[in-house]
Amino acid sequence: MGKHVLLVEDEMNIVEAIRFLLSREGWQVDTHSDGTSALDVIRARKPDLVVLDVMLPGKSGFDILEELRGSDETADLPVLMLTARGQSRDREMAEKAGVSRFMTKPFSNTEVLTAVRDLLYVHGQRT
Amino acid sequence: MASLNVLVAVSLAYVALLFGVAFLAERAGMRGRAGWLLRSPLVYTLSLSIYCTAWTFYGAVGYAARSGLEYVTIYLGPSLVMVGWWWVLRRLVRIGRSHKVTSIADLISSRYGKSNGLAIVVTLMAVIGVTPYIALQLQSVTASLSIFAAGGLAGSSDDGAAQAAGFWIAVGLALFTVLFGTRNLNVNERQHGVVIAVAVEAVVKLIALLAVGAFVVWGIAGGVAETLARIDASDLGIWEMDGSRWAGLTFVSAAAFLCLPRMFQVMVVENDDERHLQIASWAFPLYLMLMSLFVVPIAVIGLDLLPAGSNPDFFVLSLPLSQGQDGLAMLSFLGGFSSATSMVIVATLALSTMVSNHVVMPVFLHLQQGGATQSGDVRHVVIMARRLSILTIIALGYIYYQISGGSSALAAIGLISFAGVAQFLPAMLGGIFWRGATGVGALVGLGIGFAVWVFTMLLPSFGPGAALSVSTFETGLWGIGWLRPQALFGIEGLDPTVHAVFWSLLLNAAGFVLVSLVTFPQPLERLQGAQFVNVFEHSGQTRGWQASVAESEDLMIMTQRILGAREAQRLFQMAAEAQGRAGYLPEPTAVFLQQLERELAGSVGGATAHAMISQIVGGAAVSVQDLLAVADESAQMLEYSNQLEAKSRELSRTAAQLREANNKLMMLSDQKDAFLSQISHELRTPMTSIRAFSEILRDTDGLGPMEKSKYANIIHVEAIRLTRLLDDLLDLSVLENGQVTLNQQTGRLVDLLDHAVATAEVSEARPITFRRRRLEETVMLHTDLDRLSQVFINLITNAQKYCGSDAPELRIEVSRPEGAVLVDFIDNGSGIPPESRDVMFEKFNRIGAEDGSGAGLGLAICREIMARLGGDVRYLEGTGGTAFRVTLPQSQAVAAQ
Repeated sequence: MGKHVLLVEDEMNIVEAIRFLLSREGWQVDTHSDGTSALDVIRARKPDLVVLDVMLPGKSGFDILEELRGSDETADLPVLMLTARGQSRDREMAEKAGVSRFMTKPFSNTEVLTAVRDLLYVHGQRT
Repeated sequence: MASLNVLVAVSLAYVALLFGVAFLAERAGMRGRAGWLLRSPLVYTLSLSIYCTAWTFYGAVGYAARSGLEYVTIYLGPSLVMVGWWWVLRRLVRIGRSHKVTSIADLISSRYGKSNGLAIVVTLMAVIGVTPYIALQLQSVTASLSIFAAGGLAGSSDDGAAQAAGFWIAVGLALFTVLFGTRNLNVNERQHGVVIAVAVEAVVKLIALLAVGAFVVWGIAGGVAETLARIDASDLGIWEMDGSRWAGLTFVSAAAFLCLPRMFQVMVVENDDERHLQIASWAFPLYLMLMSLFVVPIAVIGLDLLPAGSNPDFFVLSLPLSQGQDGLAMLSFLGGFSSATSMVIVATLALSTMVSNHVVMPVFLHLQQGGATQSGDVRHVVIMARRLSILTIIALGYIYYQISGGSSALAAIGLISFAGVAQFLPAMLGGIFWRGATGVGALVGLGIGFAVWVFTMLLPSFGPGAALSVSTFETGLWGIGWLRPQALFGIEGLDPTVHAVFWSLLLNAAGFVLVSLVTFPQPLERLQGAQFVNVFEHSGQTRGWQASVAESEDLMIMTQRILGAREAQRLFQMAAEAQGRAGYLPEPTAVFLQQLERELAGSVGGATAHAMISQIVGGAAVSVQDLLAVADESAQMLEYSNQLEAKSRELSRTAAQLREANNKLMMLSDQKDAFLSQISHELRTPMTSIRAFSEILRDTDGLGPMEKSKYANIIHVEAIRLTRLLDDLLDLSVLENGQVTLNQQTGRLVDLLDHAVATAEVSEARPITFRRRRLEETVMLHTDLDRLSQVFINLITNAQKYCGSDAPELRIEVSRPEGAVLVDFIDNGSGIPPESRDVMFEKFNRIGAEDGSGAGLGLAICREIMARLGGDVRYLEGTGGTAFRVTLPQSQAVAAQ
């Protein structure tokens, strides 16, 4: 059964790379590039995992994460956050907001795959 | 019978004699000779005899004839002071010497913080109080002249001539006083010549009175026993004693003895040696006793022998005259003349010192504003002021004498004067014994006492209806019953003199004490108070500046400590040489001490230097001038403190500036963090794609050639993006730091725009239609053409990238308002929302950069370049699309060929 992953990212080349990696594993990958409407898309599509960029046009990844955690429906939704800013303060903010996994760009493909796999299966078993 | 002319001649001769004596004494004193005589306790004691004026010489007999033994109170008061209150005198003398006091006004004002107001009040009170007394002397001399001329009977035909003589006597006295009192200006106001003259006069008046007495007892009555029998038989023997009057008069005499300006002059100012007081304490009462010895016999015999209606005030003169003893009468006249003249001279001298020092000089200095620095000038002014004061005071006395008409009995005038100056007593004694006494208290006490004295004694003395109306006497001032001048507060039945003395001094003392208790002394006043009250602890031995060689050594040691050994030795050796002495130890003369003090003051400050020298030389305790110097130094301290405060203010200002700078730094630091974060993002983003796709290419088997090519292309594009970003960052950094060197060239605007358009068309795939009017573009520019071209390329590529129109167009318009060159780039897109227009020139602000191809540095670079070129670039509003205007200053436009 193909897991459903929603990728929220505005850099098209990065979207292309991650989509390639995850699709190859057999997961269904949807993409979205706007921050403002991201929340609605997540609620509508109910993915098993969200890969979330921090610097999005319209709304930052932190704000989206906070709102996800604030709602019962999405409180436990696994979220893998990616950021290019790479400051320790960002990691703290993300963890405070309830991120499931936090990764700094540029990443290695293996790391991303491992993280997504962990979140999809370990997290899924727990819930 | 001697004529008036003879008398005048004798008087003149006598005055000439006194003048000679005074002159010789002065000269001897200046040459340092005859010190044994000039500074002897005998002369000191005799000089005190100016207490015995014509009032005591003539008036005592009259007093006895009218009021019996009551005249004794006038002698009793001073005797009690000399014998019983010598410790008060000693304290006064010590204070006077150690503080270089010049008068009683000076004493009181010094004590109360050098208050000039107080000095003026005391001076004026003294002048008012003593003027009747001077008048009294003139009156007695004039009267004695007329009696002499009339052969023992007052009110003769020669009265007019005697009156005229009175005027010339006043003139003569004034001249004598001016000549001797103001010949030179001594620091300590001492007048040796005058003192000697006074002493001679004291001897003359004593001998005269004793001679008349002896003549009366042995020549007329026929022996001591017969005289006593006559006294017993007379009314005088059974005179009743009024206790309150006795006590009151004795007290007033004692107080006046201490407070009279002339007594203060001879007793304190002219005192050379404190030990003289010891001898005077018995010698002066002895003198007074001798003076009073024959008063009663003369009075009794005079009443017996002379016709009824004879003025008993002049029995001393009229008795010998009536017996044909012209020689004795002449001696008696000279005695009275001596009494009068010595009193007038010394009193006038003392008063003129007060007037010139406390009234004229302050006014003069105030008017001069800094004239005090011209010392020679001021000395001249002081002497002139003193001479004028003398003339004025004697003139006042003469006028008073003319107005009062010489009607009152001598003793009455004397008592008024005594009671007036006695008002100084509370302030003076309080000042030297009570540290709590304040200047305000002294002023209030003096004011009240003086007012009461004027109201109850001076004004009534002119008689009812003269100065005060009859109704005032009967029903009180303004009809208030308890303000009757001779029955204050409704207390009646007291003798008027006792009444006046009692109330004036009681209210004076009460006001002084009460106000002192409720007011606080000024700092200087407090210092002076402590100095005065503890004068014996402060001053040690009164040696003045007389010092021994041992002190020179001490001074040397002290000076070495401050100036260093070599400088001190040089100073002392020079001083010794100047004195004509060998070696290093000069005589510690006043001159040397002053010089030394100046030298030391340069190192340790004036007040400290003086205090140090005083410690070694002793004697001179801290004087008013010293205290003023201390006050000056305090003022300097205050100034330092002010400076410190200013410094402190400056520091807090600096601290505020530092805080501000720190805040700015913090802000900059935050900006730097944000910038780094942005750079990190901009670098990591292409890096992420590059890394992801390179890993895909490496790790993925079986990728089709299409995919391989696509992914390799992405890596390529991102690498270029990364390179451009780094180029832009470095470019911006150089521009922002101002390190850029402009390469000024001349070229045509149209060529620059052609180049920019061509470059943009090559680099970017997206086509855009350009609309230009080449004719307008034919402008010659002189500027950095490469940089300007960079700006144009940036703006054109921005339009290519972000113009949202389906058929993108870019209009390039050139205009030349007022010589400047404007180049507008206007596209047909949707424009930039107003809220973004301000921030779009900032770094990393990508407005609508959805394709991720720019780092948001382009406009920031454009802005920096235009700033360097002296122009600017800004968003042009109101065109519909996105529009930028580049402005070049007129100076860069070269006139078209």
